[in-house]
Amino acid sequence: MHVEAGQVHGFLGPNGSGKTTTLRTLLGLIRPDGGRMAILGHEVPGTLDQVAPQVGAIVESPQFFPHFTARDTLSLLAGAGDLPERRVDEVLELVGLRDRAGERVKTYSLGMKQRLAVASALLKNPRLLILDEPANGLDPGGIREMRTLMRNLSEAGMTVVLSSHILGEIQLICDSVTIISLGRRVAFGPVDEVLAQHSSGAVRARLEAVTDLPAAATALTRAGVRVTTNDDHLMLAGVDKPATVTRLLAEQGLYVSELAPIAVDLESVFLELTATAPVPGQHRQVDQSVRVDGAEPSVPAGGGWGA
Amino acid sequence: MSLFRTELRRLAKRRFARWMTAGGLLVLVLVAVGMFLSNQKIGPDQFAEARQAADRQHQEQVRWAEQERANCERAKTAGEDVDYYPADCADITAPPRESIEEQWFLPSTFNFRESFGEMLIPLAAILAMVGFVVGASFVGAEWNTGGMMNLLLWRPKRLTVLLTKLGALLTGLLALALPATAAWFGSMWLVANWRGTTEGMTSGTWQSFLITGLRGIVLALVAATLGFALASLGRHTAMALGGAIAVMVVGQVGLGILLSMAQVRFAEAWLLPTYVYAWMTKSLTLEDWQACNATYTGECNPATLDITWQHSSVLFTVGIVLFLGAALWAMRRRDIT
Repeated sequence: MHVEAGQVHGFLGPNGSGKTTTLRTLLGLIRPDGGRMAILGHEVPGTLDQVAPQVGAIVESPQFFPHFTARDTLSLLAGAGDLPERRVDEVLELVGLRDRAGERVKTYSLGMKQRLAVASALLKNPRLLILDEPANGLDPGGIREMRTLMRNLSEAGMTVVLSSHILGEIQLICDSVTIISLGRRVAFGPVDEVLAQHSSGAVRARLEAVTDLPAAATALTRAGVRVTTNDDHLMLAGVDKPATVTRLLAEQGLYVSELAPIAVDLESVFLELTATAPVPGQHRQVDQSVRVDGAEPSVPAGGGWGA
Repeated sequence: MSLFRTELRRLAKRRFARWMTAGGLLVLVLVAVGMFLSNQKIGPDQFAEARQAADRQHQEQVRWAEQERANCERAKTAGEDVDYYPADCADITAPPRESIEEQWFLPSTFNFRESFGEMLIPLAAILAMVGFVVGASFVGAEWNTGGMMNLLLWRPKRLTVLLTKLGALLTGLLALALPATAAWFGSMWLVANWRGTTEGMTSGTWQSFLITGLRGIVLALVAATLGFALASLGRHTAMALGGAIAVMVVGQVGLGILLSMAQVRFAEAWLLPTYVYAWMTKSLTLEDWQACNATYTGECNPATLDITWQHSSVLFTVGIVLFLGAALWAMRRRDIT
């Protein structure tokens, strides 16, 4: 996993795939059993104490001492980090908790705790921000604010690593992604590249007359195109240039009314790469996802949620 | 240093620490007030009253003896079988006046020189209890609520964090214990002045009291360290509190009963309170009444075993090394989840 400075990087994986474990290990909370890690050029965990002042992080659900106010909580963290007290007000303002800062954390909703967690991570004005599920519990407005905040921080030069299951958000705000499954990387790179790599190249073709579909399918198959015939359209695979389809069919006197490349989104790529797409009638277990060491995912069995 | 100051602030902000401190101080105030109310200064009036009370009791005894002698003689004359009376009714006599001591009737008074040493024990016990519980809660709640993890994201040196927290706890406890002990000296001195006596105090006595007070403070620090270490080891306040209850109920009461049933010699030597008491009183002599150490006069004395404050200090040191060492080891080795 490699994160370029100044980027917003999405870190994705199914439940139990090891995202939080990876982040905890990176932050020195879990002892690694091998491998190499570096943050901002410093090998960790060996030099973590040198790099920690430049790393802001929230790991998993936000946890705070419930009887302290948000201001006390941040003030104590600022004290531990030798930061000026005014920084507390700045981050409270930034995450929208200014007016509720004097209330005890135990009275906060999950979304407010999440905002406080983000505030605690931002307190150091870090060069690297690691956020594990920052949108948990946020209302739609909060999610949009968080998205804007991440963008602004990134534009200001902060590197952001974001772990989330809200893939639409990741696709919107991340420059690059790493997708893991059962502790192993299955995809990595800029979002556009990952999407392009896993784009099927499929094209959907409709004809002016539905009755022409069989003839069109025959002509395209003869030309080497893989065709799947549906009731009102054809799905074409292995098409380099959509223009060849129109020319080929026109030569046969068949006229195309729609020719649309099938776009993939991060969610479908994620589901494909991790093999975690729901299968009707089956209950997938949490560890049933793709292994990159070659082993096939185990066949879903009965049981699971609601079983 | 900033972490130490922050941890001191955190300790002072903890509501539980504040309530426990207030509760402990309140108990001490109540004890002092109780001492004030239950003691009196003894002067000529009190001695006169005591003499009168002793006289009254002697007269009652004389009346009772006369009445019983009369009953005895009447019963003997009637030929009743009364074996609870002596053979000669004239043997029923009242005790002499001098056997009823006047001091028995004196009101309770607080003799500073004789009693203040013992009064330092409740002070030490309360400070130790506050130290143990606050120490356990201070780190236990941090683990339990995720505060420790948050802190480690800022300060990744785990042992430094844990030891700084402990340092802040002990500093906070000292800040409570030193003034509380000084106030205890002062209040008991005032009680002795108003409701007893301060006579006979020498520099040696003062020195002895000061050292006992110091040992009380050390006891509180030891208790706080143990509570802190246990809660950190179990990552929950309940680990320390539950452990303490288990030790007291199973380890002490249960063990005490078992040792007593097994008729083990000097059973108290296996119980923790013995060492706490010995620590505070410098030494404690246990007696085994099932043994007979004959003297040259033929008297049978029990065998004895002296537990000294040095024994206690060894026990406390071993406890701290064991539990704090384990807590530090766990802090260094175990994952933070």
